[in-house]
Amino acid sequence: MTAPTLAPTSAPALVKIPAARRSYGAILAGAVLGLVVLAALLAPLIAPYAPDAIDLSASLAGTTGDHLLGTDSSGQDLLSRVLYGARTSLVAPALLLAIAAVLGIALGTLAAWRGGWADTVVSRLTDVMYAFPGLLFTVLIIAVFGAGMTTSVLALGLAYTPTVAKYTRSVAIGERRKPYIDAYRVQGMGGLRICAFHLVPNLGRSVIGYLVVLFGEALMSLATLSYLGFGAQPPSSDWGLMVQEGQAAVVQGALLPALVPGIAIALVVVSFNVVGVRAADRLANGR
Amino acid sequence: MPYEAAGSDTVLLDIDHLTLRLPGTARPVLDQVSLRVASGEVVGLVGESGSGKSTTAKAALRTLPEGTALDGSVRVAGRDVLALRGEELRAHRARTVALVHQDPRAALNPVRRIGDFLVERLAAAGTGVTGAAARDRAVELLGAVGLDEPGRRVRQRPHELSGGMLQRVVIAGALAAEPRLLLADEATSALDVTTQAEILALLRTLRAERGLGLLFITHDLHLAAAYCDRVYVMYAGRVVEERTAGDLFERPRHPYTRGLLACSPTLGEDHREIRPIPGKPPSLADAFAGCPFAERCPDAEPECATWRPEPVALADGGTGSASCRRLPELVPVPQIPQKGADR
Amino acid sequence: MLARISRRLAGLLATLLAASFVIFAAVYAAPGDPAVFLAGGRDKLTPEKLELVRAQYHLDEPLVVQYGRWLGDCLHFDLGRSFKYSDQVADLIVARFPTTLALVAYATVLFVVLGVGAGILAAVRRGTWIDSAVVGGTTLAASVPSFVSAIALAAVFGVQLGWFPVTGGGEGFTGTLHHLTLPALALALGALAIISRVTRQAMADAGAADHVEAARSSGIPEREIVRRHILRNALGPIVTMCGLVMAGMLAGTVVVETAFGISGIGSLLVGAINTHDFPVAQAVLLLMVTGYIVVTTLVDLVHPLLDPRVKEAAV
Repeated sequence: MTAPTLAPTSAPALVKIPAARRSYGAILAGAVLGLVVLAALLAPLIAPYAPDAIDLSASLAGTTGDHLLGTDSSGQDLLSRVLYGARTSLVAPALLLAIAAVLGIALGTLAAWRGGWADTVVSRLTDVMYAFPGLLFTVLIIAVFGAGMTTSVLALGLAYTPTVAKYTRSVAIGERRKPYIDAYRVQGMGGLRICAFHLVPNLGRSVIGYLVVLFGEALMSLATLSYLGFGAQPPSSDWGLMVQEGQAAVVQGALLPALVPGIAIALVVVSFNVVGVRAADRLANGR
Repeated sequence: MPYEAAGSDTVLLDIDHLTLRLPGTARPVLDQVSLRVASGEVVGLVGESGSGKSTTAKAALRTLPEGTALDGSVRVAGRDVLALRGEELRAHRARTVALVHQDPRAALNPVRRIGDFLVERLAAAGTGVTGAAARDRAVELLGAVGLDEPGRRVRQRPHELSGGMLQRVVIAGALAAEPRLLLADEATSALDVTTQAEILALLRTLRAERGLGLLFITHDLHLAAAYCDRVYVMYAGRVVEERTAGDLFERPRHPYTRGLLACSPTLGEDHREIRPIPGKPPSLADAFAGCPFAERCPDAEPECATWRPEPVALADGGTGSASCRRLPELVPVPQIPQKGADR
Repeated sequence: MLARISRRLAGLLATLLAASFVIFAAVYAAPGDPAVFLAGGRDKLTPEKLELVRAQYHLDEPLVVQYGRWLGDCLHFDLGRSFKYSDQVADLIVARFPTTLALVAYATVLFVVLGVGAGILAAVRRGTWIDSAVVGGTTLAASVPSFVSAIALAAVFGVQLGWFPVTGGGEGFTGTLHHLTLPALALALGALAIISRVTRQAMADAGAADHVEAARSSGIPEREIVRRHILRNALGPIVTMCGLVMAGMLAGTVVVETAFGISGIGSLLVGAINTHDFPVAQAVLLLMVTGYIVVTTLVDLVHPLLDPRVKEAAV
């Protein structure tokens, strides 16, 4: 298992790469991410085939001039599918993190600003969700509402909320002690207004940095759900789903259908982890 | 300048013109430092923080950071320490020299028992004492440094003991190897006054009993002058004055030494002014073309800023030396300089 | 100490109650009639079956009462009936749990030995190419989802080299070991990355302590320093992290068992969700959450024993 995927609580703090090794790797990682974003944007232009074009005569073709990365068992071109799959792989984690950010920042700020019962309630809710290791909370929601990409994104968004809330709370507690907050209060400004227009915008940098660090993990979590059949459904070109579909061919000796999307996931996640830590440092340091 | 203390036939620590540079610093951490400790002698090494006194002690153990450039020599009991490597170096640290740190609490592993600490030192020193015999020896050592209930102490952990007791444990650990030279780096500075006195008395007793040479490093010139046989005063990586303790206290010659004595109050001198030395101690980023003390010195002349300091023998026939170009002109009694009283 | 243990146990009970309530009450969040949902949907649903579900879950009583009865039944290992397997859920779990436990145990041995070993190696050879290799390798290992590493391992060591079987659980001790090697590796890979980094960092922190420098300057052999001072003092965070990661592994089996077609409780959970067999899913979730909470609590209780300073403060 990859404990980072399954334990959103502990991983970000551990994804620390020593400073000396960062800069060189970070450039490489940034380049990879740039290419992936380009691939996602330009997929319809650069993909040689439609992602769902079935050609049973070319089933499980290896790398050929026609199919650079080969085909899967239904003869779909793997390169085209991976290019299109970059779209879901980038957009879906972004969406789920957006959900977690909105809820998490609201709850975290509430807990930090109000303290007392609000803080207690938020931290109790957090505790209960943390009692579910890894993806199990998400799995429970999917068990109830059924599989699908929408459910997966919503459920993961909810599952990541306590992590974001906890982080926001810790930063917000430090921020609210600063004198400018008192100054607004003395001017008679209401708590909600101060939070919405002054406190939260000032937290923005470090929380966004934290979300970037979470991105790689969110991507892994979603891919895992799709692999288990809980997320994206056929004929989607989601990478996790592609690995699942390609798995059967591995036993027949055709490795490409499972490995091509698998390597794509690993490459993007490692790049995000390398870049994320750096970005988080920069954003937190206000550079 | 090399000075032979009366009756010191064996020189234990002999540092000769040692210059030590660290990467990224503007000036050497140690600059032409020469220093000697004979067996049975208590030698004081005094200076402000950053003057290089702790580095001098580290040189004797060769525990220096990587990238250190060295020039000159350090000999302990006749062996060239700077040439030691690997197992020889380890044996040197384990047997010949022992260091007593400023903070005993930091010097002991908090999760291990006192007895383990002592047994480990005994083993490292190659005493050959093991098992139950080593335990007994540990208890014996704790007794020798005056800890009560030594049999119980060996089973305790550092957090169960007071700072003074821990410093006794550290000294016991230093004695485990039966070293010939003891380096006490601010060994009493972190302790309260009564404990400090006890530890000082203990060190002196041990020196007398075992014929140890003791290098006593401190920032407190009064303490050094009262406690040591001989005192070296360091400033910005250089030895600026070297005298017998009595001479130094009564007739300090280097303006820096005089400044140090003038800036702390002494009992019975109710009308003397307390005058801090103007300016601040130099950092490793400050480089000097001439005398490093010139810009803070009340007696400085323009030429001082370019004069490379070197030890100047005392004109009045006193023992020791001071590195000041104005030495011949300066009056050899504690005087009140006119400049520098502006604060 | 005793007060601490009882406080911790009270916390454990409270968390367990809250989590089990969430698992139970999730039924009511499902769209439509809970009875239909619990019976696995409308197809092939007979009035008799529906009646059976209503009676078993006491669906006509208030929620709290239902929950109380369900919890009481769970404590007696009466986990209800699976309508897909038409079997007692408890029997299903008992049949499959040993395989999952063996997998987790195997993976734990792997990640502890290899992870701590790599961490020590990196810490001792800090700043050398070995250190860089360990750090780079673990960064990569932490970024590969377990299902990808599972398939990569199966492709290379199972299909290409033929060293290990790629599906099934195996018979007997050696058979089980043989079958579970690749799954355990896939499960351990991410954990290994975390543990080796924690070990490396904890040893770097412990190695920066003054007493280590003091030991070094008094001529203690380097091997002794690493073992008795650095590693010994770093043990607290390392053991804690090993415990936490192991606790989380029960959830990780969901993916790895699916990838290797091992019939443990992880694959049981996936199958149950895909076939709308909610009673089974509920039971497996409850088991995994309980295991996780119990192990993390144990780790928390063991930690002070490793560090006399914490022990002192904890009293």
